[in-house]
Amino acid sequence: MTSKQPSDRPKLPTGEQLYETLRAGVKALIAPLEHETVHLVGIHSGGAWLAQRLHEDLGLMGSCGLLDISLYRDDFDRIGLHTQVMPTQIDFPVAGQHLIVVDDVLYTGRTIRAAMNELFDHGRPASIKLVVLIDRGGRQLPIDADFAALKIDLTRQDNLVLQKTDAGAFTLRLENGDA
Amino acid sequence: MLNPQLNRHGELTHLITTEGLSRKILTHILDTANTFVPLAERDVKKVPLLRGKSVFNLFFENSTRTRTTFEIAATRLSADVFNLNINASSASKGETLLDTIANLAAMQADIFVVRHEASGAPFLIARHVAPHIHVVNAGDGRHAHPTQALLDMYTIRHFKKDFTNLRVAVVGDILHSRVARSNIHALTTLGVPEVRAIAPLTLLPSGLEQMGVRVFTDMREGLKDVDVIIMLRLQNERMRGALLPSAHEYFKHYGLTQEKLALAKPDVIVMHPGPMNRGVEIDSAVADGPHAVILDQVNFGIAVRMAVMTIVAGASA
Repeated sequence: MTSKQPSDRPKLPTGEQLYETLRAGVKALIAPLEHETVHLVGIHSGGAWLAQRLHEDLGLMGSCGLLDISLYRDDFDRIGLHTQVMPTQIDFPVAGQHLIVVDDVLYTGRTIRAAMNELFDHGRPASIKLVVLIDRGGRQLPIDADFAALKIDLTRQDNLVLQKTDAGAFTLRLENGDA
Repeated sequence: MLNPQLNRHGELTHLITTEGLSRKILTHILDTANTFVPLAERDVKKVPLLRGKSVFNLFFENSTRTRTTFEIAATRLSADVFNLNINASSASKGETLLDTIANLAAMQADIFVVRHEASGAPFLIARHVAPHIHVVNAGDGRHAHPTQALLDMYTIRHFKKDFTNLRVAVVGDILHSRVARSNIHALTTLGVPEVRAIAPLTLLPSGLEQMGVRVFTDMREGLKDVDVIIMLRLQNERMRGALLPSAHEYFKHYGLTQEKLALAKPDVIVMHPGPMNRGVEIDSAVADGPHAVILDQVNFGIAVRMAVMTIVAGASA
């Protein structure tokens, strides 16, 4: 598959620009909450990278959670199990905490449904909020982000890929399946 | 010949034996088990992967432990589990194995977990079920016990990290042991450079050397510098079969004691598939000592069986 950005499309901001927007958004979102009760939970793999960096940049306490939602997907019957290299890691009691779920791209909403189901198997959180780098539309479930650094309408053939350089910087690429 | 455990896409659809499975498939099972191990620490230990699936435990031969761990594994995957005590039912009324299976398949079974005293029974069942039904061998005759071998491999990898620099000794009744056979195939496939078999001549099968195994009849000799010791249960019925003089005599020569254990590497791990005969193949001081990882094996066994059921259930029909 070759990556291509058709000229009739608005140019995407860079990964780092979007991350800065996301960081400001999350900061504002957690401002009214008691910081010791706030935990970021990143979804593997893009969301986990974002959550880990946000956790550090925002000076949050404890550890951030990482979710591998493959055990909770709703398409196991069709595609089987595809586990991530890194299993879920939630090293804090979830009950009574304010969780900020972090993902790179919000699309159908099924990943977030799976993530919430998994989180509730760890305990009953006080609240869950969702923040994403990009909301690309195309929802199949009644799920919305509390904050999205960018909203953009993409077609089914489009695929957004977040990558992390060795230096830790984020890059974003739009791939087109038709190309 | 096509491996009968794989479907036409090369996916594992039944688990009958570790023999002939690639390193890639074995490693995939161990990696998948890795994602299930942390569930044991959670308040809610279940995940919804096999919700709506029916797992039938068909134990034609008794086994409390293996059946229970399969039951726990299936339950944690949210499957519906049905335990059939076959000895007490149809088989004793004269129904053939395949008729029993056909009837259970008609009850919408998705996975059969089969233990049978006849070698080859799970394979026979696997050959006759519809493509959407999966068979997991929970021990057949002297043939194979693949989930035990896989949980042993998981335990070894957990403690030793790497297979490619290990000396592993399998000790005891290797002749009658499906565990030994499955372990030897798995160890070899995963790249263990030196697998040793330690047993009296009467309990050693022929052909071990051809499988790349070093054979020892002197336990002290065989334990020198090993990283892993897999003890096998000495089945009481062997004593009656004139293969061995007495349990006491066996313990003297092949029982694992502190003194013999000292010949192995200082960080050796001691494994046993259970149930243990203390004072026959293993001394209590060793079984309860710091080198024993026997209870870890039980815990990992659940995760490994979850991995196997998930992988076969996820194979395309």
